[in-house]
Amino acid sequence: MAFAAFASTAAAPTDAPPRRRSRVALLLLLPGILYLVLFFLAPLVSLILTSLQAPSEFGDIGMYSYAFRWENYVEVIAQYWPHILRSFGYALIATVLALLFSYPLAYFIGVTARRWPLLQSLMLVLVIAPFFISFLLRTLAWKQLLSDESFLVTSLKAVSLLAPDAHLTGTAFSVIFGLTYNFIPFMTLPLYTTLERLDLRYLEAGNDLYASRFHTFRTVTIPLSMPGIVAGTLLTFIPAAGDYINASRDFLGGADTQMIGNVIEANFLVLLNYPAAASLSIILMTVILVVVGVYVKRSGTEELL
Amino acid sequence: MSRGAFADRGADLELVGIQKRFPGFTAIEHLDLVIPAGSFFALLGPSGCGKTTTLRLVAGLEDPTGGRILIGGADVTAQKAYQRPVNTVFQSYALFPHMTVLENVAFGLRRRKIPDALGKATEALRLVELGHLAARKPVQLSGGQQQRVALARAIVNRPALLLLDEPLGALDLKLRRQMQLELKTIQEEVGLTFLHVTHDQEEAMTMADTIAVMNKGRIEQLGAPEQLYELPKTAFVANFLGQSNLFTGPVVGETSTAITVDIAGRSIVVPKTRSHRHAGDVTIGVRPEKLTLHRDKPVPGSGHNVMGPGRVTDVSFTGVSTQYLVRVPGVGILIVFAQNRSFGPVEGEGDEVWVTWNVEHGFGLDDDPVAPDPRFVADTTTKSIAAQRRAALVTELEEA
Repeated sequence: MAFAAFASTAAAPTDAPPRRRSRVALLLLLPGILYLVLFFLAPLVSLILTSLQAPSEFGDIGMYSYAFRWENYVEVIAQYWPHILRSFGYALIATVLALLFSYPLAYFIGVTARRWPLLQSLMLVLVIAPFFISFLLRTLAWKQLLSDESFLVTSLKAVSLLAPDAHLTGTAFSVIFGLTYNFIPFMTLPLYTTLERLDLRYLEAGNDLYASRFHTFRTVTIPLSMPGIVAGTLLTFIPAAGDYINASRDFLGGADTQMIGNVIEANFLVLLNYPAAASLSIILMTVILVVVGVYVKRSGTEELL
Repeated sequence: MSRGAFADRGADLELVGIQKRFPGFTAIEHLDLVIPAGSFFALLGPSGCGKTTTLRLVAGLEDPTGGRILIGGADVTAQKAYQRPVNTVFQSYALFPHMTVLENVAFGLRRRKIPDALGKATEALRLVELGHLAARKPVQLSGGQQQRVALARAIVNRPALLLLDEPLGALDLKLRRQMQLELKTIQEEVGLTFLHVTHDQEEAMTMADTIAVMNKGRIEQLGAPEQLYELPKTAFVANFLGQSNLFTGPVVGETSTAITVDIAGRSIVVPKTRSHRHAGDVTIGVRPEKLTLHRDKPVPGSGHNVMGPGRVTDVSFTGVSTQYLVRVPGVGILIVFAQNRSFGPVEGEGDEVWVTWNVEHGFGLDDDPVAPDPRFVADTTTKSIAAQRRAALVTELEEA
């Protein structure tokens, strides 16, 4: 405290250098600030204004004028609440599944494979490799693999694991499958970066203090990898909740699997109901912000991050 | 380890024919060792001598390639680390960063379902005078405080055997002294068996009742600190524990109580009881502080050995004593520590001096004197010192 107080008073009388420094800092920040104002703040304001628009009195379909029609929000919630719930439900299930698949994988790459750097790099490349192919193409490929005529489905039907009239595409299963598949790298990479830095001496200390491997994992490894778990789940949950590719009828989804992203897309591009689409976007954004805020707070990772 | 109960006293540790091979090298070559219950035992050796591996084998963090480990008579070789009645104070402390100091200390107690874990942890923290910091996280503590938390976290479990892996390495001299004292006090209070691994001979000597000097995966010598210092068995021990003046020569005479060794034409007498070999070529030695400098040629007598004349080549004043390097033609350089009874160094560089010591103070080594280890030939050029420092740093980094 004393030092801080001293520093501020000492800095004040010598005017020239600090001021120049702050001007330089401002200059350096300027491009970023401009970028944010132009591409984040302005669209956000525009989105909020659009969400409150009312249909033009004498206009055509798709013509709206600025107003303060907050009923838009009530109407979209009343009409689309199942889609909103479904979106968060699917995203949650996909996040949990992705975590269950990714944690052992990331642990293997980051901890077990430490002694073999070559294997480590190879496996990391394999995790990232899907990114070399377009997201859309990969999802379309899964549509083929899960289609009614596919080897997988015909075999499952042959052994009666699937009813003869059942489908995989267009079901909640295939949408959640697609979401999980597409977001696994986003879960694995942050998990890998924290597990790779995990100091194994803590695990030895746990073993030394009477904790079995399982207990050490639960009380030491998991808490220490919380930053990775939080980062990975956020990177999966947020985009998955707003995803509209996997659930789209053109890809893995069907009529009963539409997520909020599909509804927004339809309202913007097909129904030309811009206020509804905008208010849905804002609802999605707000819910995600609240959920993420509570999650980060509850997981207590602020000091570990 | 039984749940819900403490070990009521320290336990014997017995290593039988322990061997540990890593891919590419052997860390420990057939080690037999018995540490009696309640003792403070130090494993002393340079980095890479296998002492930390030994400790990790006892803790169960490493599996031996061969041999058995017994604690209190029970074979624990097949037991996992968490099943052994052993706790370790790690060199890096390894305090869990996501837990408070109190939670760290209570960790072992909770795992073993000991009643009133938090109360006992608080008590242990009070013992190391950190009761007021219980709610802090380890990163908020200084190195010395972390070290004491690590100590509390281990002793609170009342293990039959406490392992200390260079626990005082990161502390400054004053804190070190304080902690040494504290460790000693704790041992006297709780009566545990302590196994302390260190490369610091002073630390080992001040704290341990028994020291085993390790080198290249073997124990060179084992004994009480005074015994190791006054009667080293090998050149390695003679130089690792303090400094020694060593000379090699053939035995030329023998009486019922002493042998006479010819060192470059001078007859040096060593008592038989203090020499491991009595015939052939032997290496004998004497500690630098046992030597006395004379300006005039001393009268040869039966009570002492005389070496000289030589020239003082270096004088360094260290406060309580002055270290002289004396070059004696045909013999080499002798190190002499002289108490500063008057003010400052008595002799100057270039002075001609004689060195004498009491016959009773010499010792004879058990080593084969044929191949003197080049490590112990004094090479004091800047280049070689730099090379040694570098080698030491490299091994240190590799160990870490």
